[in-house]
Amino acid sequence: MAALAATGERGRTKRSGGLKIGRPSFLWSLPAITFFTVCAIAPLCVVVWLSFTNWDALGSPAWVGVGNWRSLIHDPVLIGSFKITAILTGLGIVTQTPVSLLLGVWAAGYQRNRAILSALYFIPLLMSATAISIVWLSLLDPYYGLPHELHWLFGNSFFEHGYLFSYQSTAIGVLTFVGMWQWTPFHTLIYQGGARAIPQVLYQAAAIDGAGRFRQFFYITLPQLRNTIITSVVLMLVGSLTSFDTILILTSGRPGTSTTSTSYYMYVKGFQDFQFGDASVIGVLLVIVSTIISLIIVRASGWDKMRSTQEGV
Amino acid sequence: MTARRPNYLAGVLSAIWLVIVLAPVYVLVKASLQTQPDYDSSGPLSIPHHLTSANFGRVIHSGFLHFFVNTAIITAAVVLIVVVLVPPVAFAIVRNRSRTVTVVFRVFLMGLTVPIQAVIVPLYFLISKAGLYDTLLAVILPTAAFSLPISTIIMTGSMRDITGDLYEAMALDGASAWRTFRYLVMPLARGGLATVIVFSALNAWNGFLLPLILTQSANVRVFTLGLYDFQTVSSIDAPAICAAVVLSIIPILVVYLFARRALIRGLMGVGGK
Repeated sequence: MAALAATGERGRTKRSGGLKIGRPSFLWSLPAITFFTVCAIAPLCVVVWLSFTNWDALGSPAWVGVGNWRSLIHDPVLIGSFKITAILTGLGIVTQTPVSLLLGVWAAGYQRNRAILSALYFIPLLMSATAISIVWLSLLDPYYGLPHELHWLFGNSFFEHGYLFSYQSTAIGVLTFVGMWQWTPFHTLIYQGGARAIPQVLYQAAAIDGAGRFRQFFYITLPQLRNTIITSVVLMLVGSLTSFDTILILTSGRPGTSTTSTSYYMYVKGFQDFQFGDASVIGVLLVIVSTIISLIIVRASGWDKMRSTQEGV
Repeated sequence: MTARRPNYLAGVLSAIWLVIVLAPVYVLVKASLQTQPDYDSSGPLSIPHHLTSANFGRVIHSGFLHFFVNTAIITAAVVLIVVVLVPPVAFAIVRNRSRTVTVVFRVFLMGLTVPIQAVIVPLYFLISKAGLYDTLLAVILPTAAFSLPISTIIMTGSMRDITGDLYEAMALDGASAWRTFRYLVMPLARGGLATVIVFSALNAWNGFLLPLILTQSANVRVFTLGLYDFQTVSSIDAPAICAAVVLSIIPILVVYLFARRALIRGLMGVGGK
């Protein structure tokens, strides 16, 4: 660690000496910027324009001004979708954070059994969201799945057709649980990295002062993981704002529209109802919200100060 | 460190989570090797009596091999684009101190969290107008573009670890930017490049939303869409679905076994700055 810090220091002083030879010109970044502008920035501008038009995938978009915006503001499904997105996000954070924090801190230990178990914990990471959703859909089948086999645990009402998916509360429960299964390993990795970065000296000092395991956890581990917790929670925010595949495959927004999240509603508006103007309005809203969250990310993680964090170590 | 007494509470909790993680994996693998009547009559958790590989044959016959080829083409093309575009831009961000390049870096940072979901409508519009709808290229271009920000951040991170002395030594020898890049930066930033490759490959391999909205015919279908269609058409046939899912995981599992570190770092793309 000390050696790294030393090279970092030296690197900066020498580098700011500023030899001009061998430095790349602006042209080096041009190909990537051009590609990114055409394929990612252009759609961002087009979505704003499309939100003021009517387009049904045939012909050309027709300008309608703020018509789409005005009608969507009063759309109860859209307003409901904000609530559902907020509920799913909140439940995701509340269920995933404690589990992944504890597992991450546990997996940060260098014991051999922990290394082997960690490798098993990460299995869900190897599966695509599509695969995970499809497996759980089969597993939760009311006739051939777990609710039937484990009816002593689930209760007999689970025999009724599609019980888990026919009420809002249970459907949200399923989405939350599958989200937890899918995402906990990822956040466990984040916490494992965070916990490994805590200097051992702190624990040794605490042990000398007679602090037990619980006190060490609450007075050293948790405070030291503050930034990691922020990063992880912000990633959960962005992730659930846009989580889409899981809802499409598991519930399709049903029953009714009671599990229709905002991004899923945008998909329905656009690619099922062919009202691309309305879908664009929702798209713009998603961009605005995610940009706000991205600003928080950049602030919280110090990505915008990459130079200084790298050299300050 | 001194030996610590074992943490029983943590042991119990981690064992519970292990069951939650492994139970579906067990069902997945077991069901893929069972006949459908067996699976239906015995329930998902039961211990199977005899195993069959017929499901895999059925899945392959329903066109999955072709879907895998499509996914592989998309993945390879996305990785190629990213590998060609990202190292130069990262090199410029790290070594060119001009104002313009700082602005470029900020643009990438903003692009980092613009969710691709938010722009599916304009992507569909632009791709249709460009006449690319229902082609593999329609999926490749946006997938690659949206992999650029994180890849660039990973790459700049690993290039920043190269010390100034080395650059200076190259400069004293009169090396051009290209020589510095070719003989100093790229060899030393290999770890970052591996991470970037794994990250963008995983992204492309598991992509679902873009193929869903930008393709429709069977000859350009990717396997995630194939899985989804298969599930909608034959939702009753759990063993076949499980076999298809198992097939889709095998390539990533192979990477996991041989390049675990690069895979984990690739997966962490966002989180592990």
